[in-house]
Amino acid sequence: MPRLIVENPGLGVSIQDKGRFGFRHLGVPVSGALDQSWRAAANCLAGAPEDAAVLEILLAAPVLRVERGPVRLGLVGALSGVFTRDGVEERIGCWRGLLLQTGDRLALKVFRAPAYFGFSGGLDAAVFLGSRSTYARAGLGRALAAGDALCCGDADGDDFFAPPLASGEGALRFIPGPQDFPPETLAAFAGARWTVRAESDRMGLRLAGPCLAHGPSGASIVSDGVTPGAIQVPGDGQPILLRADGQTSGGYAKIGCVISADIDRMAHFLPGETLAFVAVDHAEAARARRQKRDAFAEWRQQRAPVGGFDEGRLWSENLIGGAIFGE
Amino acid sequence: MSEFPTLHPLGDAAATLRFGVALDAGLNARAHVFCAALADLAPPGLLEWAPAFASVTLWYDPDALGFAELEVFCRGLAASAQAPPAGVFRELPFCVEGDFFAPDLAEVAQANGLTLEEWLARFCTVTFDVCMLGFLPGFAYLGGLPRELDAPRLATPRKNVPERSVAVADGMCAAYPFASPGGWRLIGRTPLKMFDVRGSCPALLAPGDRVRWRLVGLEEFSALEAQCRG
Repeated sequence: MPRLIVENPGLGVSIQDKGRFGFRHLGVPVSGALDQSWRAAANCLAGAPEDAAVLEILLAAPVLRVERGPVRLGLVGALSGVFTRDGVEERIGCWRGLLLQTGDRLALKVFRAPAYFGFSGGLDAAVFLGSRSTYARAGLGRALAAGDALCCGDADGDDFFAPPLASGEGALRFIPGPQDFPPETLAAFAGARWTVRAESDRMGLRLAGPCLAHGPSGASIVSDGVTPGAIQVPGDGQPILLRADGQTSGGYAKIGCVISADIDRMAHFLPGETLAFVAVDHAEAARARRQKRDAFAEWRQQRAPVGGFDEGRLWSENLIGGAIFGE
Repeated sequence: MSEFPTLHPLGDAAATLRFGVALDAGLNARAHVFCAALADLAPPGLLEWAPAFASVTLWYDPDALGFAELEVFCRGLAASAQAPPAGVFRELPFCVEGDFFAPDLAEVAQANGLTLEEWLARFCTVTFDVCMLGFLPGFAYLGGLPRELDAPRLATPRKNVPERSVAVADGMCAAYPFASPGGWRLIGRTPLKMFDVRGSCPALLAPGDRVRWRLVGLEEFSALEAQCRG
């Protein structure tokens, strides 16, 4: 079985798949990749089943050496760097598959989180409660460590590249509820720009902005279920937007919950950046889900073999940078 | 407001069915009865559900099941659901003798005008209900702590509550499955793993179970702890 050795574990790197479902009644968060579309894209470019596990990188990419190849990695995100073969360094970009042979070494830099590495045949890892997703807090997997071996499937055929899969822009769409807030508060919430605070992680984005006023029943509720995308408003009036590792229940009133089509976008807001929210209904959410599915299908069609593609030109024109960074 | 139960959207792929808005054993029982009925009769597209104190949160595939459809289904099922859930009764050991096992016990007893021994003796007669799990994997909220044993949460939560700490606050009891920040009053330590992925069911307690605590000495605690580490 093809294997890669982790020479340096990087930072904020974890194994993630679709998530861990069916155990929320026992308090187990779903976890899974923050951006599921980019996870699927990384698998697509690696030649792996779309549902397979990948490496998610939130700060610094791991350095990998192929102990037994060939393997193909699918490199998704704002990444670049070098791979070394027989002592010769070659510069490499992102949004492409990369076939690596035994002895090759890959050292990439992440310019903007998140980034994903897909592995040919899918990244193998221990399955806990039906998922390979890391949730280290409860002993469900652990952080990557130097010397770890990553196993995956064989690779063949050509490397493909694809344009970066756009994450969407504009305000995050949410459905109000489950708790009722005064109409003025809903208006203030949707009218504000919120700054992502430094104390944000895979559990949630802590936001700073105008103080949101609660209704007569206040900030504390009898705890009820929460889910990624839920927007809690604690007593200080500063919202917390829950992400994949968020707990399964909470005692703060929730002003709304981001719709499924926009959950992946929550992966892309970094501390210090701002975001906004706009209220929608179930019909709008259904249209958004369809559009998102269509956009991914269209992206898949745009994959093309790497040969004959001038990567240097792409970089010099900053197409990748422009497409990813947006603003 | 319409009559309970009411269904409230939690985004476009989940919703919370609310039986009331109070901490109340009757409302919690309704949530468990509803979940038991769901287990037999979940409609296509309903993926997962979890009871809370006075509600049940349902996760569904919105392309297979609409919110309005789910609402009709839930109201119908809530009206007809009768079967009391078959919760398991468990006696769980806990110990107060070890280092930092029960840093708040003396204060909790004193605040209720009880000696430490009196507080512990009464505590061990209480049958708790597992109202729900949340906060951490395997963290069970045990309802039913009598007022004469109760204490409010700490004004400032501890940064690091040791794993397996048994704690009380605001009419409830719980055992921390993992080390974590926490504001409940620590009155003992259990040797048992509250959450263990090696088992077929990872959580020791499930919603609807009943629990009584049994006081053990340090020797028995250590023996049980060694057994659990296996």
